[in-house]
Amino acid sequence: MASSTIPAGTATQTRGIWSRLRTGDEVAHLVTLLFAASVVLMTLLLLIGLWTTSGPSQAKFGWKFLFSTDWDPVAGSFGALPFIYGTILTSVLALAISVPLGVAVAIFLSELAPPRLANACAFLVELLAAVPSVIYGLMAIFTVVPLLREYGEPFLKAHFGYLPIFQGPMLGIGFLAAGLVLSIMTVPYIIAISRESLMAVPRDQREAALALGATHWESTSQVVVPYARLGIFGSVFLGLARALGETMAVTMVIGNDPSIHASLFASGYTIASVLANEFTEATGKLYQSSLVELGLVLFLITIIVNALARLLVIATSRKGTGHSA
Amino acid sequence: MTKWKTLILAAAAALSLAGMAAAQSINAAGATFPYVIYSKWFEEFRQAHPSIQINYQSLGSGAGIQQLTAGTVDFGASDMPMTDEQIAALKVKPLHFPTVLGGIVPVYNVTGVSQDLRFTAETLSGIYLGKISKWNDPQLVKDNPGVKLPADDIVVVHRSDGSGTTFVFTDYLSKVNPQWKSQAGASTSVKWPTGTGQKGNEGVAGMVKQTPGSIGYVELIYASQNHLTYGMLRNSAGVFLKADTNTVTAAAAGAAKNMPDDFRVSITNSPGKDAYPISSFTWLLIPSQIPDGSKKKAIVDFLNWMLTTGQKDAAGLGYAPLPKEVVTKETKQLALIK
Repeated sequence: MASSTIPAGTATQTRGIWSRLRTGDEVAHLVTLLFAASVVLMTLLLLIGLWTTSGPSQAKFGWKFLFSTDWDPVAGSFGALPFIYGTILTSVLALAISVPLGVAVAIFLSELAPPRLANACAFLVELLAAVPSVIYGLMAIFTVVPLLREYGEPFLKAHFGYLPIFQGPMLGIGFLAAGLVLSIMTVPYIIAISRESLMAVPRDQREAALALGATHWESTSQVVVPYARLGIFGSVFLGLARALGETMAVTMVIGNDPSIHASLFASGYTIASVLANEFTEATGKLYQSSLVELGLVLFLITIIVNALARLLVIATSRKGTGHSA
Repeated sequence: MTKWKTLILAAAAALSLAGMAAAQSINAAGATFPYVIYSKWFEEFRQAHPSIQINYQSLGSGAGIQQLTAGTVDFGASDMPMTDEQIAALKVKPLHFPTVLGGIVPVYNVTGVSQDLRFTAETLSGIYLGKISKWNDPQLVKDNPGVKLPADDIVVVHRSDGSGTTFVFTDYLSKVNPQWKSQAGASTSVKWPTGTGQKGNEGVAGMVKQTPGSIGYVELIYASQNHLTYGMLRNSAGVFLKADTNTVTAAAAGAAKNMPDDFRVSITNSPGKDAYPISSFTWLLIPSQIPDGSKKKAIVDFLNWMLTTGQKDAAGLGYAPLPKEVVTKETKQLALIK
């Protein structure tokens, strides 16, 4: 809107703009607007790029691409379902572990721990968040996978083997290993951001709760955590975004088998992993465009997840304490 | 004073520009498998011919073919011959020049077994089809007299990343087993009937090392550099042998008689009693027309050098050198570069 005033003609107006420019407001407005627009533009270009490059695959398979379980580069038949399944399953598995763990740690660090311990822990958490994913992948191969194969999976099979998710051969690698590694990778984000938002809860909220006769834990669980829940949700969705798109560490432990198994012990595949594995040697238009369409599917999954996150935030802030975060 | 300085600087700049123009810079991209020897070759060749600089990007065979098709490189490199369809997409027809050979070996981790295991076309394809699922399968026991094979399940490991290694391995399985051919076929990535995938030779070797009862396949050069034990294979003449640079070169010599003129040939399951069955060439893809005269001369000089002096580097780096018959035939093909 501001830009529409610029090309206007008369001298007085120009002088007006110049004087306004000199104060800096207009410049700051324009520059930041431009940068903000570049984000939108990049997203759009990405979407257009993915859409046009995946053209041959869309033309050949149509909607069937999303529901077919066949991935056969030799026969030229491609379907996304095993990859979608693997991506969502490993991410959900990761969050099922990392959300309770991360939020509990954040509550401890911000509410209960002595300040010196809390600061030391917070430093370590930030350190963990900065470790490159390939390091987590190596760690997973050399420690998590053997531990799962020797102890974790036999234990689960012995005690919960009647559940279909804990059946089949125990190799160590597979959905469970991938989910565990992702949970280790997402937990630092959840701790760090949740802790920040818990610490941002005003002091008077706590004091009010205590003054009303609440115990320390009652004040934490019924006042502080609900007050900070938007920040906690934010941390969870950031963790989810990382889990959905994580490539290297998952590729190293998931087994890279494009099929759908109920068992968490089985090998699977994620979208990011198959792109990393197959794109460099993919020959032929259809093969390449199918891989690009997988990228498009991952993009859409991320958009849907983010939209759901927004809806959740809106829904909970309506019925909640009604503050602004 | 400053004027003089500027003048000298300008002259120096002009000279260095002229120097750069005189040097011939050639760009190539492709297969990762021969990267070690290619980088050594290009460096040695540059030392012998200081004016020629060959830059090689090891992006993968598929990427090499793509870049050649797009015209962004002067020549490509690939672990598998180009298909007719791929060649049709090129304006200038490419010539295939085999450079060195590689072999693929089975690696395994079987509890209580320290001897070299013997595999045949039937057992190896049976294992990868999932039809042979126990280490004490009667067929494996029969081929390995004196070895106490356990009743463990076989854990099949294959490459997850698209790779020339997988192409050669599945090409072999397709040749020896009709069911494999119809069900999975040969490619850089296939629809594996069974097993789990790991990235790279190191991923497969690592998985096999830590998983009891597993079997995988890696490049010979990787296995020998890392001192892995690997199995013997029965070749088409019925002889069990281990892969090494001699048996792999013998596979190429065995295939040389029936070598097509364009060198686009698979030498898996090659005839000859010394021929290791899972062997393959790796190729340079050279355009048959190079309009730039000095560039053409540089590339032809390099190929000549590679076929003679360069071959001596191969065995030391774990690659199998070309047999004489193939070198002679390739030297003739040099004349086709116009």
